[in-house]
Amino acid sequence: MRSPIRSGQTRTAGRRELTRWPMVRAVLRWRSLNWILMTAALAVLCLAIATSLAGTAAGSANFGIVFVWIVWWGLLMGVLLPLGGRLWCLICPVPAPGEWVQRGALICPPGEDGNGASPPAGRPRRIGGGLRFTLGWRWPDRLRTIWLQNAGFVIVALFSTLILTRPRVTGWLLLAFLVGGILLAILYERRAFCRYVCPVGGFIGLYSLTAPLELRVRDPLVCQDHRTKDCYLGNAAGYGCPWLEQPWTMDRNAACGLCGECLRTCPKDNVAVRVRLPGADLVVASGWRLDEAYKAFIMLACAAIYPLVFLGSWGWLKEWANLGGPQGFGLYTLAFLGLNLVVVPGLHLGAVAATRSVAGLQGLPVRRLFVALAYPLVPLGLAAWMAFTVSFVFANASYAMPVLSDPFGWGWNLLGTQDLAWHPWLMGWVPSLQAIILIAGMVGAIGTADAVLRKFTAGRAAVRGLVMQAFFLTGETIFFLWLYLGAAA
Amino acid sequence: MRRAIILAVFLALGAVVLLAPWPMFSPAGGEREVLVRARQYAYDPGVIRVPKGARVTLVLESEDVTHGLYLDGYDIDLATAPGRRVRTSFVADRPGMFRMRCSKVCGTLHPFMLGELVVEPNTPLWRSVALALLAAAGAVTYLAVGRRGTRGREAA
Repeated sequence: MRSPIRSGQTRTAGRRELTRWPMVRAVLRWRSLNWILMTAALAVLCLAIATSLAGTAAGSANFGIVFVWIVWWGLLMGVLLPLGGRLWCLICPVPAPGEWVQRGALICPPGEDGNGASPPAGRPRRIGGGLRFTLGWRWPDRLRTIWLQNAGFVIVALFSTLILTRPRVTGWLLLAFLVGGILLAILYERRAFCRYVCPVGGFIGLYSLTAPLELRVRDPLVCQDHRTKDCYLGNAAGYGCPWLEQPWTMDRNAACGLCGECLRTCPKDNVAVRVRLPGADLVVASGWRLDEAYKAFIMLACAAIYPLVFLGSWGWLKEWANLGGPQGFGLYTLAFLGLNLVVVPGLHLGAVAATRSVAGLQGLPVRRLFVALAYPLVPLGLAAWMAFTVSFVFANASYAMPVLSDPFGWGWNLLGTQDLAWHPWLMGWVPSLQAIILIAGMVGAIGTADAVLRKFTAGRAAVRGLVMQAFFLTGETIFFLWLYLGAAA
Repeated sequence: MRRAIILAVFLALGAVVLLAPWPMFSPAGGEREVLVRARQYAYDPGVIRVPKGARVTLVLESEDVTHGLYLDGYDIDLATAPGRRVRTSFVADRPGMFRMRCSKVCGTLHPFMLGELVVEPNTPLWRSVALALLAAAGAVTYLAVGRRGTRGREAA
């Protein structure tokens, strides 16, 4: 095991344990829970792929486009992610077939020995009696970051105009995710795809740091004295952590898929799910990394680009993003990549340099502060994405009812809702809602900046640093307010 | 106690920002007629600015396929075919920026065919900006007061 157990690591202040309620604990430990959720979601995913590939080319009349990019995206960004962190990863159907193949089982780990006996030291316990198809390779150490996920997200985001409007492109993309999940499950151990490759998992992991929900061990000292590490290796009650996490060292949400296997396998009943104040994980200094910092920049940059492309009035920009000619798309690509990879990180570097100067932190390496002060951008970025989602989803959600009746766009009327006309919902309230979300995100960002700076300095110097950070964060928030409430173009 | 006072003061100021009459001069209402040309996937003009209280007549004309124009906040919906003009009038009594969206499926980028109507003065924007500045000042003051007696926990 890589990380030592740190005494007193578990933080319980300001937290309420949900798993103290027998009903909640029973549901979360229920062996079939994951299978039921993932199978239901897989059925919807299969329908989305089928309708995308075989249905109408009109996106607004195609179940695949409407249910993936309006319904799922709205639920993810508006509800699941802000409230539950990686809760979607518990439901996500993409890794399901690969995991079933890898495990040779759909639901139960029957227990190879059936009595819960420990495996030989250092060897994972084999669980499940079915045929397993996996080479079980260890994921390369050099790729144990989210850089691949960053790259994947940038590529998907660059082509998002095509993906969001062409059912065929969405269909092939979803299929590629599904096949990628299966292939990596066959080659590598556990959920390497989810943890290191999935572009969606990358930003969900980052934004789950803000979530008011966490899964942690109750007392790390109990784990210290427990040699068999069932939560990582698995036992007759469940599988070892599919996410390659060691629950007894886990102090942030980033790589916990909330699958509940550790709740089932822990023989000491030492795993808990708690609600807490949002954003607690953002200031866990041991988790600060450059790859996550870049993910924060990429998400913030895309949250600024999307309203300009999708909600703005510049038709030429939409044409460029829509591959309307090599020159236009080339310029768009250059601007898109430049903003994501150079301009936003560059502006952040300027803000960090100014903060470092006024806070008297010249003795601190710039890189350390550059990474640490990227975390205040996480609540702001999430708020910006939520603001975009509100505008997009409320305007287009009414497409959902007709496609339920006619998922392929072939003229069916299964539920009698095919003729319901498009009509935006609550658009008079959307700007106010967006302003509230953005200002709340900004306050969260300033609070995070304060907590980050407190790790390095104190007193008046720290207040000067906070004022400087607040200046930049407020400027970014006003920019987003202008995007949504002003005339952007 | 000091933090509670700070919180109360900034909340009260926030209420003032939200509810107080906005001290901005706006041009006279009058009448405005605007010809809006629709084509895949933009309106021309893309941004229309009118003063609050103006009686606005929107004339929609399509240059290629059937297009619509739905106006957020005013719940106005128009649709026209190529070569035809349709019009509607309304009093722009709600200030702010309102998006115009194509309401007839007109091609692949149809959901993203948008324009903007700005009813000036754009008080929702300026109130939001003022609220953001106030919230930032409040947050910094609140946190700075809480800093007394704290120390940096990590060596610089």
